[in-house]
Amino acid sequence: MSIEQLVVEPSQVTVAPRRSVFGKLLRDPQAVITMAILFIIVMLGIFTPWLTSIDPNEAQLSAYNAPPGTPGHILGADQSGRDIASRLLHSISTSVIAGLIGASVALVIGTVFGLIGGYFGTKIRAGTEWLFNLIMTFPGLLLLILLMPVTKGDYRATMLIFGVLLSPGIFRIVRNLVVGVKNELFVDAARVSGLSNLRILARHVLFVIRGPIIIATAFMIGSAIGIQSGLAFLGVGSNTVPSFGAMIAEGFGNLYVQPVQFVWPSLMLGLMTASLVLLGNSLRDAFEGVRPKASRATRRPVTVITESAAADDALLVVQDLAIGYPTPSGGVREVVTGVSLRLEAGKTLGLVGESGSGKTQTAFAVLGVLPPDARILRGSITLNGRELLDLPEAKMRQLRGREIAYIPQEPMSNLDPSYTVGAQLVEGIRASSKMTAKDAKARVLELLARVGITDPRRTFDSYPHQISGGMAQRVLIAGAVASRPTLLIADEPTTALDVTVQADILDLLRDLQQEMGMAVLIVTHNFGVVADLCDHIAVMTDGTVVEEGTALDIFRNPQHEYTQMLLGSILEDTVVRTDAPSRPTTEAVS
Amino acid sequence: MSEHFLEVSDLRVSYPSRGFRRPPVEVLHGVSLTIAEGETLGVVGESGSGKTTIGRAILGLAKPSGGRITLRGEDITHAGTAERRRISRDLQVVFQDPYTSLNPSMTIGDILSEPLIIQGTSSKDASKRVRSLLDKVGLPSDAIERRPREFSGGQRQRVAIARALAPSPKLIVCDEPVSALDLTTQARVLELLVDIQRETGVAYLFVSHDLSVVRHISHRVAVVYKGDIVETGPAADVTSQPEHPYTQRLLLAAPVADPLEQQQRRAERRRLIDLQREQDEQAGAVA
Amino acid sequence: MILYALRRLVAGLVLAVLVTFITFLLLSTSFESVVRSILGLAATPESIASLTHSLGYDRPVLVQYFEWLGGLFTGDFGTSLFTSQPVAVAVTARLTVTLSLVATALTITVIISVLLGVAAATRGGAIDRISQGISLLGYIVPGLLLAIVLVVVFAVNLRILPATGFVPFAENPAKWAASITIPVIVLVIGGIASMTAQIRGSMIDELRKDYVRTLRTRGIPTNAIVLRHALRNASGPALTVLSLEFISMFGGSLIIENVFALPGFGSYSFNAALQGDIPVIMGITVFSVMLVVTVNLATDIANGWLNPKARMH
Repeated sequence: MSIEQLVVEPSQVTVAPRRSVFGKLLRDPQAVITMAILFIIVMLGIFTPWLTSIDPNEAQLSAYNAPPGTPGHILGADQSGRDIASRLLHSISTSVIAGLIGASVALVIGTVFGLIGGYFGTKIRAGTEWLFNLIMTFPGLLLLILLMPVTKGDYRATMLIFGVLLSPGIFRIVRNLVVGVKNELFVDAARVSGLSNLRILARHVLFVIRGPIIIATAFMIGSAIGIQSGLAFLGVGSNTVPSFGAMIAEGFGNLYVQPVQFVWPSLMLGLMTASLVLLGNSLRDAFEGVRPKASRATRRPVTVITESAAADDALLVVQDLAIGYPTPSGGVREVVTGVSLRLEAGKTLGLVGESGSGKTQTAFAVLGVLPPDARILRGSITLNGRELLDLPEAKMRQLRGREIAYIPQEPMSNLDPSYTVGAQLVEGIRASSKMTAKDAKARVLELLARVGITDPRRTFDSYPHQISGGMAQRVLIAGAVASRPTLLIADEPTTALDVTVQADILDLLRDLQQEMGMAVLIVTHNFGVVADLCDHIAVMTDGTVVEEGTALDIFRNPQHEYTQMLLGSILEDTVVRTDAPSRPTTEAVS
Repeated sequence: MSEHFLEVSDLRVSYPSRGFRRPPVEVLHGVSLTIAEGETLGVVGESGSGKTTIGRAILGLAKPSGGRITLRGEDITHAGTAERRRISRDLQVVFQDPYTSLNPSMTIGDILSEPLIIQGTSSKDASKRVRSLLDKVGLPSDAIERRPREFSGGQRQRVAIARALAPSPKLIVCDEPVSALDLTTQARVLELLVDIQRETGVAYLFVSHDLSVVRHISHRVAVVYKGDIVETGPAADVTSQPEHPYTQRLLLAAPVADPLEQQQRRAERRRLIDLQREQDEQAGAVA
Repeated sequence: MILYALRRLVAGLVLAVLVTFITFLLLSTSFESVVRSILGLAATPESIASLTHSLGYDRPVLVQYFEWLGGLFTGDFGTSLFTSQPVAVAVTARLTVTLSLVATALTITVIISVLLGVAAATRGGAIDRISQGISLLGYIVPGLLLAIVLVVVFAVNLRILPATGFVPFAENPAKWAASITIPVIVLVIGGIASMTAQIRGSMIDELRKDYVRTLRTRGIPTNAIVLRHALRNASGPALTVLSLEFISMFGGSLIIENVFALPGFGSYSFNAALQGDIPVIMGITVFSVMLVVTVNLATDIANGWLNPKARMH
């Protein structure tokens, strides 16, 4: 896990303990208000018989279009003389029932099939997938109307069908989650212990899906209420069932006579729908936590530059570099606390440390590709005497790909999956030097051959998912050295590769360095790689360099105790297990 | 009579391939190995070699398409769920990724007691055992109420080890248990595994891509290459004087942590590669 | 690629047959009530039996269905029970109206959503908050209410746009535009709610990926990275949302056509359903399903073009 992930993405785990979800909800004003509104509305619906004794369908011709405030009709009466307040209250139950039927049908069908489709083998999964594709093909509202002769306008039957039509959404969510969880190692561990499928589903899987389901339910209830209102508006369904949609239709017709008739049902409907949507959003925030924020893609980090050192003829000089990130509580957390390095032209410097030491952050700072919320608190980075930290993005971009190059750690995720390998390399070359497309292509083919790819033309036309990890790394190396850079920064270039491939890549890097005279800054945690490639070493921990020197000195004669401890942890080549297999003891642990 | 605790004979595993009617892809082409009680067998290979599949087949997470796996003489090749429950008293697992091998929504206490409760242990006994397990792997007992995300990678791996130890198994399949850990943590976790073996006499099937790790903990080593075991033998021999060309390449490819020695090894590797290429060409010319 | 498209097409046709069959099955339960409503007061047991027979409703359902299916191949979609008008002709005319509405709304939705979503994802700050606010508004306000409010404000009070009626594009482009302006606005506001949120979310995710950083280190300009790379990869899920939006707009046009008195597909279906005009209902169903299948196919093809990995399936 890199530092970036720690700060920008709070956790890889999206499940929060039971207690704090509800707690979070209670602390969110949006959630509290919407829940209160919905609660009040539902209560009004439940207590309707006690709140009004007027029959919602009872037409009193004398009250024809009565304005609000008429005695006996607080909110007035509609054009048939029916009491509006009574109709409003009764409509609440209609909407609530509609919402609940639609949502629960969708929930039950979608969840059950989602669990089945996600957990069990491919044939079952394909079958359920096909079934729900079928359901999704039905054009919703249209179908409900078309089936009017069948449902005879009963809104409950209609909502049932609507629930079926809504279920593919839930199915997809549940199925994707189950497939995700099913492949997790903790489910494997449970299977090893002999947990039955049912218990695994119950114990391990259901918990993960409850969040998204609850969120989807809120939205689905809103959706069902909306559809039912729409249908009632169109006149589908029985006249004797009061509903907001019907009231809105009547109000719409009476807009010039008594506009207020339109207002009451619209307000109620709008309130219910809005509350459900906003509650759904709050639920999502409570369950899934902070979502990544949008921010300027390429803002230069806020910088405080120290005086650059007196002329140093080294190629790259980093001085007292400090990088920090803002914490949720408003402070700044330093991840690099004052790093100084120097790298001479044509030499190799190994930046060694364990995870969290800040070595990758330092490398990114040199390239100018730190994440947008990074802050450079102090320090200076000079390349050939030129200060990099106060360069505007446009100038920095000119350096990248031309004088400073980068090889990433994980080859596959660093190639754009939608373009061929060749297209990406050509684009990179043309961004840093003026070449025609034809010349760029020729150069790329040349480079691919140079980095040891056996069939350059075929690789050129391949997509990233069609080539192996080792080949992908060679491609990335080709892209990096295309412009013969003076400084190459390699971030754990062999960590993700097999050991035999690793050795070949190290050979390649060494050859390229000798051929082009590049200076190489290699970030790694592997001392073997360092021993293979590097002239100099800098050891980092906790954001700072604790020791540096020539490779030979550091390996043979480490001074700092951290370096000594690190080197001591390396498993010696000569140590082999000498004790014989143990005789099993009787229950050793009481 | 088989005196081996675990015996794998001619194991084959195939996976269905992507196309509509394409034949399945065979990942293991008939591998055989044995593990005695209290012994560590290291299984080393690169990605795609099938080394992890061997472990998964033994654990029942991958279906064998041929061959036999016997545990204490009993055939467990196609064991069902109920049998697995019984077998898990003797056979457990520690996975590679400490971040996804523990259910993030369960407490450490629940995670550790789950294998015990399945076996029918009462929750009182399970609690006691959980405490002693935590002690054994060097974690504080207040971890019981906490969740995995509050712990570091190394600590989580200790929890995974404790979970594996819960039913006092005789064999633990360790699938790259230290690959995701830092250098210093790696060393400590390996020490822990060796100590536990010395104390309890548990056997390990230790799968890894790292020869130096395997060398450190194994009594015997098996080398896997493209679905076949190409070499087996005592750890000392296989990891310093290997006979099979692939093992030789593997050994020389791993860089050694000393500049001058690494220079030598590089030269040796170059020589070996040239030699092997000549041999291949001669063999090709003759054929 | 072509094979892939053909396979999806065949799957779609199979789906269409299934859907229409199930629909017919469901409709067959109301044969008698339809016959009654046609006859009206003249409904006696004899006249019911006679009409049922002459309409062929006394035959087995499967036979009737296959006869109907066969008719499709000759272009005969049946004739309306109530207007005696050939279904194909009527449906096509109505469909044109609705599609002109939906297509316009969808195009505008896509343009606005892409601009807003990309801007929100790459700039953050005020634009981001505005786009989230617009999305929220679109979700919260039911289309029904919005339509009515807009009609009242623009057509009734301000009188700058017609409240009802439709003028075909061929007849008078300017009047056509005026007649669909408010309906399009209603559809667009609902549409951009989900599209913008989707694009914004996908773009944010995409921009945080490793390959974006690597492209930056090659010196490729930010615009190229955002538009050529991130947007392309982010558009997969957005396309799915787009096809869903199309279908939901198509369905939602039902209400819009009612409020604005547009002679479209929706109102035609509604009347047919009210009356129980079975041949028309079947015609509508098959057209709708084929529309959905076509939209899904187009989405799949676009997705396959944009995302090479998907083609392998």
